[in-house]
Amino acid sequence: MLLLLPQVLFDGLLLGFVYAMIALGYTMVYGVLELINFAHSEIFMIGSVVGIEVFRSLTGYVPNPYILLVVAVILGGLISGLTAVGVERLAYRPLRKRGTKNRLVPLITAFGVSFVLQDLVKLLEGLWHNEFFLSMKNVGELEQSVTLFGIFIQYKSFILIGVSLVMLGALTWLVGRTRLGLAIRSVAQDPSTAGLMGIDPEKIISRTFLIGGALGGVAGVLFALQYTTVSPYVGFLPGIKAFTAAVLGGIGNIPGAVVGGLVLGEIETLAGTFLPVLTGGAFGTEYKDVLAFLILILLLLFRPQGLLGQIVKEKV
Amino acid sequence: MNRFVGAVPATARLAVTVLLLAAMGGFLALGWGAAAVLAAYATLFVLAAFPPDPRWKLAALAVLTLEATLGLASKIGGDLLFIALVGVLVLLLRLPKVAVWLKVLLGAAVLLLGIPIAGFANTFLFELGIQIGIYSAMALGLNVVVGMAGLLDMGYAAFFAIGAYTWAIFGSSQVQHFLTTWVPLNGNFVYLFMGLAILATAATGILIGLPALRLRGDYLAIVTLGLGEVVRILANNLDHPLNLTNGPQGITGITKPPIEGFQALLAALGIPRSASTDYQLFFYLLVLVIIGFIVLVNVNLARSKFGRAWVAIREDEIAAKAMGIPMVKTKLLAFATGAAFSGAMGVLFAAQRGFVSPETFTLTASITILGMVVLGGMGSVPGVILGAAALTILNLDLLKGFSEVLNTMRQDGTVLLGFPMSQLPSQVDPAKYERLVFGIILILMMIFRPEGLIPERRGSREEEA
Repeated sequence: MLLLLPQVLFDGLLLGFVYAMIALGYTMVYGVLELINFAHSEIFMIGSVVGIEVFRSLTGYVPNPYILLVVAVILGGLISGLTAVGVERLAYRPLRKRGTKNRLVPLITAFGVSFVLQDLVKLLEGLWHNEFFLSMKNVGELEQSVTLFGIFIQYKSFILIGVSLVMLGALTWLVGRTRLGLAIRSVAQDPSTAGLMGIDPEKIISRTFLIGGALGGVAGVLFALQYTTVSPYVGFLPGIKAFTAAVLGGIGNIPGAVVGGLVLGEIETLAGTFLPVLTGGAFGTEYKDVLAFLILILLLLFRPQGLLGQIVKEKV
Repeated sequence: MNRFVGAVPATARLAVTVLLLAAMGGFLALGWGAAAVLAAYATLFVLAAFPPDPRWKLAALAVLTLEATLGLASKIGGDLLFIALVGVLVLLLRLPKVAVWLKVLLGAAVLLLGIPIAGFANTFLFELGIQIGIYSAMALGLNVVVGMAGLLDMGYAAFFAIGAYTWAIFGSSQVQHFLTTWVPLNGNFVYLFMGLAILATAATGILIGLPALRLRGDYLAIVTLGLGEVVRILANNLDHPLNLTNGPQGITGITKPPIEGFQALLAALGIPRSASTDYQLFFYLLVLVIIGFIVLVNVNLARSKFGRAWVAIREDEIAAKAMGIPMVKTKLLAFATGAAFSGAMGVLFAAQRGFVSPETFTLTASITILGMVVLGGMGSVPGVILGAAALTILNLDLLKGFSEVLNTMRQDGTVLLGFPMSQLPSQVDPAKYERLVFGIILILMMIFRPEGLIPERRGSREEEA
């Protein structure tokens, strides 16, 4: 059983990076708006569908899979990011304009947006291919593998880790070292004071959605490449888990989201592998989703501020 | 709106109403179903937008009820006239300045005569009536959580599932899969199990709510969303190591409550009977009684110490805390109360259908119920019932009907706007797009009318003040 361990840990790492990238979208929007943007799971789903469609429709024209991958990542990030901006513009901004105090209103809207996006993609794919489940095109070169230290690694897994690291690095630089990052942090801290300093909070909110959405979209493309089958409803579970990851790390906290994603990815993969073995097959792999949920509940009970977060007192 | 109403003289409004009703009667006599339905909807529109004097309005509603019932009894107009009956009930609820007993009388006529008569002519309408009732009851339960206390519960179907499975397991031979000596309980236990389900779901609600409710409201939404998924996973997988739920196949052959006494009563009253309509009538009336009870509970809760505390929390949590309202305890009570309603209705649902499977309790089911509350008006009892009726009809009747129309067009090779319908992909099936419809409803309501179609009274009074 222990022989399996390195492989399981590696698989957990892959899943963890996907969660981390989605969790960043939740955490960034929460940082500036204090809104759980539930529609973010659908932004991720759109990225995964775009990824699959790029590989499906361009394989004949572009023989090199690495170029295809670059196209898919860019298109996935772009379309997802723009969708997120559009959602913010069409659904959330009118609510802020009217100044509703009721917290339920934006939250219900977020759920509504999520369901609309799911079924719109379902309708489009239904009209286009008449399919609900979409499968990734098998790209021979990316499926190749090596075995390092007893771990079976496909080339596409290297790509997933590499792209995630680059994106996470770029985000850290963007938020920490650029003027835009400074503006985002100031709006997150206090939108009205930021406004007085010459920052347009609306513009910054829109940019935040763009960045978070693009990250989610890239995560979607990589997810589709790694796990090969997606559907318009695929965003739901990774969405909840990425949210759990964001809470695990401390919501609103960017390094926290990454840590939370990686921890959750590992826990889930470990549970998925060892739960059936340890319980003699009584509890199967399906229960890994239940476990993620249990973690969320325990977390809220004992450390709601997350691993890296601080307790924020609510202000009047 | 009121300014426009004033521009049309009262006599003209009455004259139009009378004309429309006469036209509807004429169409019915001629057997022109579509024209009669149009006339009925036009009447409803005039009565809603350009109402005549309240007493005339009541009389017009009575005539409309009579005509619609007669039409339904002779199988004219079908589902669409049935919807007109629901419209009558809604207008009745909003009717000002008329003696309550008159309103109750007409309401009872619609519920106890109109809909059963329609049901005897067309058993699908009975089923629709029962489903509207079950969903209304659940939506009223969710209304306590979302509408009154302002807590977003995204996994309401989970409690429904817990209720449904408690009875399904013990009220069928499923129980013998893990308790070999036990016999399936007889139908009288349904009522006891409604009580047990209330306890079980309230306990689950407290267990789940406790960690989430200490924090900001948003967390509850995610936790309940997760709970909905967990309950579905459990229902799907608990067929091993011990076969509790029979997995994805679901449980069949669930005992219904005994109705010998009710059948004897029907025979004594000389009501036409058959094996299927007996049960439908029974469940229909049972659901009506339960809704009546739940409405009473809703109204009384709203006026109680707890109801006022819930509204205070909903409006301003920090201010409510400053007034000394125990936050976690009060919120938990709202959450558990809502869960209990759902659990009790789950038992009834299992007993009525005789079959449960995990597929009934998906996320879509939870959204449907939330959509009912949001569409009708959070916190408003008539609003929530209207929302439940509207979305149940949309779901069970209109979307499915639209699918059937598309299917016929596919098979007949119809060409629509130059597009051959036989080419239309089979994935394009309106009955499978409830999420799209509900999502659009949620978004549009939040942007344009967050208070719902029939807003809660308390809110409007506050705004005037």
